[in-house]
Amino acid sequence: MRRDRHILSVLVENKPGVLARIALMFARRGYNIHSLAVGPTEDELVSRLTIVVGTEAVQLEQIVKQLNKLVHVLKITELGEDAVERELQLVKVSADSGTRTSIIELADVFRAKVVDVAHDTITIEAAGNPRKLEAMLQLLEPFGIREFVRSGTISLSRGATALGDSGRARMRRVI
Amino acid sequence: MRMTGAEAVMRTLEALGVDTIFGYPGGAIMPAYDTLIEAGLTHILVRHEQGAIHMAEGYAHATGKVGVCLVTSGPAATNLVTGLTDAMMDSIPVLALTGQVPSTAIGTDAFQEADVTGITMPITKHNELVRSADRIVDAIKEGYHIARTGRPGPVLIDLPKDILNAEVDFVWDPTVDLPGYKPTVRGHGRMVREAIAMIAEAERPVIYAGGGLVRAGADAELRAFAERLQLPVVTTLMARGILPDSHELTVGMPGMHGHVAAVRAFQETDLLIVLGARFDDRVTGRLDAFAPLARVVHVDVDPAEIGKNRHADVPLVGDVKVVLEQFLAHIASLEEKGRIAEALPDTTAWRAHIQDMKAAHPLRCDQAETGVLKPQTAIRAIYERWGDEAVYVAGVGQHQMWSSQLIPYSRGRQWINSGGLGTMGFAVPAAIGAKVGLGRDVPVIAIDGDGCFQMTFQEIATAVQHDIPVVFCVINNGYLGMVRQWQALFYDDRRSQVELPQALPDLVLLAQAYGIPGFRVDRVEDLEAVLEKAAAITDRPVLVDLRVDPEEMVFPMVPSGASNDDILESAEEWFARLAERAEA
Repeated sequence: MRRDRHILSVLVENKPGVLARIALMFARRGYNIHSLAVGPTEDELVSRLTIVVGTEAVQLEQIVKQLNKLVHVLKITELGEDAVERELQLVKVSADSGTRTSIIELADVFRAKVVDVAHDTITIEAAGNPRKLEAMLQLLEPFGIREFVRSGTISLSRGATALGDSGRARMRRVI
Repeated sequence: MRMTGAEAVMRTLEALGVDTIFGYPGGAIMPAYDTLIEAGLTHILVRHEQGAIHMAEGYAHATGKVGVCLVTSGPAATNLVTGLTDAMMDSIPVLALTGQVPSTAIGTDAFQEADVTGITMPITKHNELVRSADRIVDAIKEGYHIARTGRPGPVLIDLPKDILNAEVDFVWDPTVDLPGYKPTVRGHGRMVREAIAMIAEAERPVIYAGGGLVRAGADAELRAFAERLQLPVVTTLMARGILPDSHELTVGMPGMHGHVAAVRAFQETDLLIVLGARFDDRVTGRLDAFAPLARVVHVDVDPAEIGKNRHADVPLVGDVKVVLEQFLAHIASLEEKGRIAEALPDTTAWRAHIQDMKAAHPLRCDQAETGVLKPQTAIRAIYERWGDEAVYVAGVGQHQMWSSQLIPYSRGRQWINSGGLGTMGFAVPAAIGAKVGLGRDVPVIAIDGDGCFQMTFQEIATAVQHDIPVVFCVINNGYLGMVRQWQALFYDDRRSQVELPQALPDLVLLAQAYGIPGFRVDRVEDLEAVLEKAAAITDRPVLVDLRVDPEEMVFPMVPSGASNDDILESAEEWFARLAERAEA
């Protein structure tokens, strides 16, 4: 994994505009977002953002500090390289009677599902870490990729601890 | 108790202890203005919403309390943008209440609708569009709390008209519940000890005293700390006076137009003790050449400032006043144990060296005995006339730099100016706000430039109508002087759009139009007599037009982007340097 890729898991109050505040802060200070995913948590008042940023360590510290200044941000943690990391990908591939079987076999290898079959295309759904999805795309490339879409990364740490457990996130104390 | 949302706004402000509001009514905020009639609040009716927010800033800066302004939706709210940004940059606690179109109309491009929370997100510490009447009290209470705690700053609360008209249950509970907002107040104990140990080791330590000390009201703590360890103190533009300029440990102002001794002290120091300051580019010059020999102890209430521009060897997050108390307590405990040597650096030689630099580099001004008045002479005379009890307020530009350099300040909050944002037009309304906050007994003197003055002088009407006797002194050089200075030095003296004729408008006639006394000084020999006449008037606003040498420049100067080692003391020095370069 490249050293300038970091995954931040951020708990925020589920309030209007909180996503805009975060996106605006990144834009204003010129920080680079690779991907951003937002969704509910086990607590309905709290949402979780998973932000993948491309930056070196010094700037990461500043990003975390600037995020912490937002009143609606509750906790931030950087997930380590061992964290479970998933993206969802849908790929629409050109397919005819000659290639359809090969494509389906390839999807099986990646434990991907065929979710739509049309006269001249197949759409495949795959979940996995970004490297796996990238590898699948490369192998599908020769068949002709009509379009694909990929979600932002979502990620959880391994083991029993949860981000919501401690009074304050680890990163908050780092200065 | 049942009441309308608008009444709840007023009751909340009263409960928070707000007694003064600067504002301007209009459509969406009318329910609030209707309830204002019965509320126990003083309202200052401004002439432009920018005036309201700068007055709130001046009030907050002078008193340490939260400045509050109240305006309507759309254009009124967008007129706050400059002031909110100014307050953000200079960490001034301000609460802005804006009207908004009714909830049902939001998003329809209704009359006087603007996405004010969207617009002001990056320029406020926090903001909120109130979406239900039940949120009014908490939103204002939380906003007030956020504005004044931690690193202070502006908070905006946007109030849709239907929510102001809705019925709410008003129950006052002074506590706030903000799970994501818990500023650190006390410094980390180990870091406190490390900081003192590092200071004890230093040979040439210097305190870099910033505006955070003024916001924290840490005059006494800073003084005690600097005196205890005999540490020289450099006071930034935002912190002038936090240690009196007359104090033997005060070195002066750093930065682009700083005192030579202060600029050099930073370049030579082996330990910067940074207290509530943020390594602004106007202080550091070229960042990689700034204080090249120094280790850094950095104290700030905002963790994001630590390590942002310069690595901190000892980072200390906390309220600078509290951290200074911790420093003093630790020093005292070492002393009790007979280990004071572990805190005390020997700064004797270093202090003597700084004194020599101060003596060798006085500020220069070639004032002739008669004729053309130099701006520096005018500002010195203003100080001599109104003295140490007065508070001085400036805008942005040459007059600001001279006022900061030349006036011997004796306390924090005595000097108010727009630092980070550099907002022209700040002085007139900020001085009015400061005067409202300080009351009759403290003279408030706006020292403004002629360019700045013309951006906001309509607020003189506010001062007249509300009986706010501010002294407005215009250092009138008929130019955008600082821009002209840069053109003269860095653009081959090609003057582009910087001329503002000295007599346009005639400021004495303008004073007359506002019904206040107006005076003019054309020549140095008239200066003292005119200022004496102006100072005799204390019950009304006064305007003094000081027509000064149009060609004067501010020195010392570190050219933009240059290293602080390249500080200039005169234009001749710069042109000689250019000639040398041309030959080479």
